[in-house]
Amino acid sequence: MSAEIKQQSMPIKAGAGWKEIPWGGVIPQGGTARAFNVGGWRSEKPVWNREKCINCMMCWLYCPDMAIMVEDGKVAGVDYDHCKGCGICSSVCPPRVKAFEMVPEHE
Amino acid sequence: MAVNKQSAAESQAMTGNEALAEAMRQINPDVVAAYPITPATEIVQIFSSFHADGLVDTELVLVESEHSAMSAVIGASAAGARAMTATSSQGLALMHEMLYIASGSRYPIVMPVVNRALSAPLNIHCDHSDTMGSRDAGWVQIYSENAQEGYDNVIQAIRIAEHNEVQVPVMVMIDGFIISHGMENVFTLDDQTVRSFIGPFKPRFPLLDVDNPVSVGPVDFTDFYFEHKRQHHEAMVKVKPVILEIAEEYAKISGRKYGLFEEYMLDDAEVAVVVISSAAGTTRYVVDKLRRAGVKAGMLKLRVFRPFPAEELAEALQHVKAIAVMDRADSLSAQGGPLFAELRSALFDLPKRPLTTNYIYGLGGRDVPVADIESVFNDLLTTVSTGVAGPKVRFLGVRE
Ligand code: SF4
Ligand code: SF4
Repeated sequence: MSAEIKQQSMPIKAGAGWKEIPWGGVIPQGGTARAFNVGGWRSEKPVWNREKCINCMMCWLYCPDMAIMVEDGKVAGVDYDHCKGCGICSSVCPPRVKAFEMVPEHE
Repeated sequence: MAVNKQSAAESQAMTGNEALAEAMRQINPDVVAAYPITPATEIVQIFSSFHADGLVDTELVLVESEHSAMSAVIGASAAGARAMTATSSQGLALMHEMLYIASGSRYPIVMPVVNRALSAPLNIHCDHSDTMGSRDAGWVQIYSENAQEGYDNVIQAIRIAEHNEVQVPVMVMIDGFIISHGMENVFTLDDQTVRSFIGPFKPRFPLLDVDNPVSVGPVDFTDFYFEHKRQHHEAMVKVKPVILEIAEEYAKISGRKYGLFEEYMLDDAEVAVVVISSAAGTTRYVVDKLRRAGVKAGMLKLRVFRPFPAEELAEALQHVKAIAVMDRADSLSAQGGPLFAELRSALFDLPKRPLTTNYIYGLGGRDVPVADIESVFNDLLTTVSTGVAGPKVRFLGVRE
């Protein structure tokens, strides 16, 4: 709730007054994390190498933010609006594959 | 409480704890979390017997602490259940963090609390320091003089908490041991009457309604937290008329009528004692005695402390010349007890204010005999005759 609210479909509009929002902080809609950009929290970002990836899907399974994008059952990249840079994808990627490299955000 | 119209045959001898457990059986909550603490243990213990005997449909959750008890009922309430627990003293203190989660999330939880002193030094007897310590936790607080009022208040509390314009948790108090373990005649309603009075629980945003997904407990920073607190403030403003409306309805099914407070011989009183819970019984006795002697004595017994009925109290007390405010808790502000501070503030706007004195009394279960209350009235009469209130904060029944 405390982020820039992007989607038009969000039931709670940024800047809404106290009479206009649901009581107790409840958000009467599911999947609203999509409207919440957490990419700015990253200090390191995972850079994915398509050539090395064997599509074992371990990163997709383990990513706590569902930030591994998938198309046709294959990894398609990282959703940087929702990736917090935890590095889990990089650590679960098989050691002999190493398709992820964690790169400092400013580089 | 107005005079009961029912016959004595319909009453049962019950302790305060038994009366509250019986109310909970009739309410038949979806979830009850249970953790023992003297002197409230019996409430959930008796309720667990009802559960074992198949008399309730409740999911009984035996938890490992009061913090967990409140957490469990919060989770249950979020899921869409009518949820209750009961506690006292240190247990309430341990839940303190979760009290705010319950009220801030606007879960209509109802919790009987048996008033007991807080440690240290260790004490299991009655005073109001436990719930007075929770007075700013955003819960409605209703105090009961005896087991009958405790029973009646718990049933009404369900309706108050779940009211559309309220949706705030409610704690209902009785005095530890004096009432919780004291036996008295209690008039109970039949199960069907209670169930149709409280009606089915209609949760606002139940998490278990998978067709309408919701998120609860989100981070709420500088952009919305203030708005949510403003809403909570508004709910507390709305509580007062709701309490009176529900009391009116309850009077129709029970013959017992409640208000925000009870006025006893107050209309023409020149001196009055303002008191909460069981000490009102002793005070009423002293008022009767003084009235027989021609003294214009009166009493105001506060039932609802949160929200604080400031305007109503000022109106009811404005004609009284001298008032003693009885606090069974010392807020250790060096300025008297919590009731005194709030009542004095309520009287401040009156064009002509009564003279007020605070009495800290009964801490740690110290007995409050008739002679002590008589001495308070004597002090008030001196105040009236001299026109001077004397020491602002006094201690009743403490050894010098
Ligand atoms: S760094 Fe963490 S959040 Fe980002 S894609 Fe990898 S696992 Fe997901
Ligand atoms: S864990 Fe590594 S190899 Fe497996 S899908 Fe993810 S990037 Fe590809």
